[in-house]
Parts: sequence; structure tokens; C-alpha cells
Amino acid sequence: MYEFDWSSIPGALPFLWEGMKISLEITLTAVIIGIVWGTLLAMMRLSSVKPLSLFAAGYVNLFRAVPLVMVLLWFFLIVPKFIEQLFGLQPGTDLRLTSAMIGFALFESAYYSEIIRAGIQSVPKGQMAACSALGMTYGQAMRLVILPQAFRNMVPLLLTQAIILFQDTSLVYVSALADFFGAAYKVGDRDGRLVELLLFAGAVYFVICFAASTVVKRLQKKFHPA
Amino acid sequence: MNYQWHWGVFLQPSASGDDTYLGWMLSGLKMTIALSLSAWVLALALGALVGVLRTAPNKWLSGLATAYVELFRNIPLLVQLFIWYFVLPELLPESIGNAYKQSNPMLQQFLASMICLALFTSARVAEQIRAGINSLPKGQKNAGLALGFTLPQTYRFVILPMAFRLVVPPLTSEFLNIFKNSAVCSTIGLLELAAQGRQLVDYTAQPYESFIAVTVAYLLINVTVMFLMRKVEHRVAVPGYLGGK
Repeated sequence: MYEFDWSSIPGALPFLWEGMKISLEITLTAVIIGIVWGTLLAMMRLSSVKPLSLFAAGYVNLFRAVPLVMVLLWFFLIVPKFIEQLFGLQPGTDLRLTSAMIGFALFESAYYSEIIRAGIQSVPKGQMAACSALGMTYGQAMRLVILPQAFRNMVPLLLTQAIILFQDTSLVYVSALADFFGAAYKVGDRDGRLVELLLFAGAVYFVICFAASTVVKRLQKKFHPA
Repeated sequence: MNYQWHWGVFLQPSASGDDTYLGWMLSGLKMTIALSLSAWVLALALGALVGVLRTAPNKWLSGLATAYVELFRNIPLLVQLFIWYFVLPELLPESIGNAYKQSNPMLQQFLASMICLALFTSARVAEQIRAGINSLPKGQKNAGLALGFTLPQTYRFVILPMAFRLVVPPLTSEFLNIFKNSAVCSTIGLLELAAQGRQLVDYTAQPYESFIAVTVAYLLINVTVMFLMRKVEHRVAVPGYLGGK
């Protein structure tokens, strides 16, 4: 039978915490940019200007059809070259974190935009008509009337997507960036304790995501009492 | 940027000599499809079972099913994959574990990937099935029971035939997801599409062509699956419901 030996975990905690900070950093940037850019995409998609709605539809469908692993590989290939040229950086500067953040943000925007589009469409049509009747411009109507209501309906879905995103950040493993999972793997590999470290990583992800999704369920009940 | 495009690279003989680089890609495509389809069949069967159990009146059964769903939904796919691939063989009884570790490495990678994708997806399928069952009017179940069906009979003859038809559209997106998620299996060395793409980059030094080809292959899979599922959706749509005839 396998003999467990958890002794390498306590000493590795500071290193694992550094990794967790990277995971959270990527999650946070991707959520913020994802919601902002996703809102713009959703508005473009619903707009009556054909080129805008076509662009948004193409963007969203492209990103949703390609595996995240592929998108990350693309960004690790392209972004460093692009940024190096743009800012005249030394080739070989470590841009993996920046690439990961940009990759996740652009990828998740596609998913956020679909949530937000559904949220905007869930606001009754009369609201927009009322705004026009009051003499508001399209921008004012969106900003002051439609989006606040839409976002209120969407909060649970947006948070659920953030939890999924947090889980997905483990995929930066493909670039050997030491996020929480990458850090756990490195420690396990170094100490020959991969079994314990992988189980530990799984348990930590489970506790965080389960707790977060429980909170989201509570929020949902509060916003939409059955 | 002065990048030398060279699309002809796919027709050149590969480093292994007996194949072209296009052949590598096609073998990766085959692996992705074989893995995703086999995992999907398992995920459907398991997901249907767990989804039904979640609606069961027995607290223990539904609790067990809920725990199953929460477990597989709250751990990242990559971590689950590594646990199946690296951890499980260690925890097996020694004789079985050793025999397994001495088997063909490709078989080990494929089995771990298939089990991982199947269980991961089954939790999501279960949620869809449960939502489908719960979306049926209560009267259907009551009518079944009033006619003297036992509860299992009510499920078999009344609820499930309806629920399975209603959940086809949401299952389409899970079906698409399993193909996309299969790319994660490149991390344990399974030579599916994404892994072949990375290998192509290393061997041909033509990263853009390699990645574009792989991305297009995923897009094609996506379009094909959507086309086929549209047909299925159309066939099974329940008249009278949105999307029905």
C-alpha cells in the first residue's frame, strides 16, 4: 500500500501562496477586463450597425470554438514578440504572466459577452422605449437604465463564470508559469511527493470553489427569492 | 515582423521518416475524436444515472449524487487529470499498480484521459438532466403515479422519455466542450491534436502554420458537431415546446 508523507507541504506553503497570488491575479484581471470588454462586445452584437454586430459575433464564436489550451499557446507565442517590438524590450524578457493575463482576458470576454447579452435581452423592451420617450440617447439609456438592471440579474452568473475562470487558470501550466497548481507540481516533483501535492492542490481548489459557489447560490436566492 | 511563411511544410516527410507532418496532424485529429467520443458515451451514461439520482426522493441517494457533482465541478480539469494519471496508479494495490505502470504508456495516457474527461463531463451532464427532469410539470409525475405506476416505472415511461428530449440542446454545448477539453490531455503527453500542434512547432520551426492548422481543425470539429446536433435536435424536439415543431 502507498505510504503517505505530507511533510513537504508545511515548508512549501510560502511558495504555494506565491503561486496562489499569481492564480488570483490572473483571475482578477481576466474578470475585470472580461466584463468591460464583454459588455462592449455584447452591445456591439446587439447593435443595428452591421459591421459591429458581425465583428462581435465572429469574435465570440471564434473564441468559443477553440480550446483554452490552444488560445494560451497562441498568446504565449505571439504576445511576447508583439510587446517586445512595441516597447523595444530585450528579447527573452519574461512576459509569460502578461501573456497569460491578456490571453485569459480576451478568451473570457467571449464567454462574459454571451452572459451579458442574455442579461441585456432579459430587460423588457418597454424600458428602452420609455427611455427614448424621455428623450434619452442610446448611450444614456444603456448606462442609466438598461445595464444596471441587466447586471443585477447577471451577478450570480458572472460570479459563477469567475469561479470557472479561477479553475481554468491552472492551465497556465502549459507555459510552466508557477501559478498555484504549477507551484504544487514543482514542489511535488522536487520532493518526489507528487501524490500528496496533487491531492493537496485538488483539495485546496475544491474548498475555495465549493465555498465560493455556495456564496453565489445564497446571493442568487437573495436576488431572486423563489 | 519578417516571418517566412511556408505552408508546404505539411507535405514534407516528418522527422520520424515514415510520415508527413500532415500525417502527424491527422493522427492527432483521430486521437482527439476517439478520446472525445469514447469519453462522451461514458459521460452520457454516468451523467444520466447521477442526474436521475439527484431527483430521487431518498435523501441518501440524492445526497450522494450531489456530492458527486460538486466534487467533479469544483476541481480544475487539469488537476483531476493529473490525479488520475499520476496519483491513482500509486494508490492501487501494489500488484495491480505495478502491472498497470508496466503497460503501454500510450494506453495509460489514453485511459487516464478518457476516465478524467468522462467523469468531469458526467457531472455537467447530470446537472442538465436534473434541470430537464425538474422543468417538467409536476402533474406528469403525479399522473404516472395515479395510474398505478411505481416510481421507477414513472421515470422510465413518463419522465425520462420527455426529459431526455428536452435536454438535447443544452447537451450539445457539453458535447462541444468535451472536444475542447480534450486539448488539456496534451499536458500528460497524449498525442492528440493540440500536442501534435506543439510537436509540429518544435520539429518544423513554423509556429504560425502549425497553430493555424490546429486551430482550423478545432473549428471544423466544432462546426461538424453543431451541424450534426442541429439535426438531432430537430428530430427529437417535443412539439408544443419552444424549439418544437
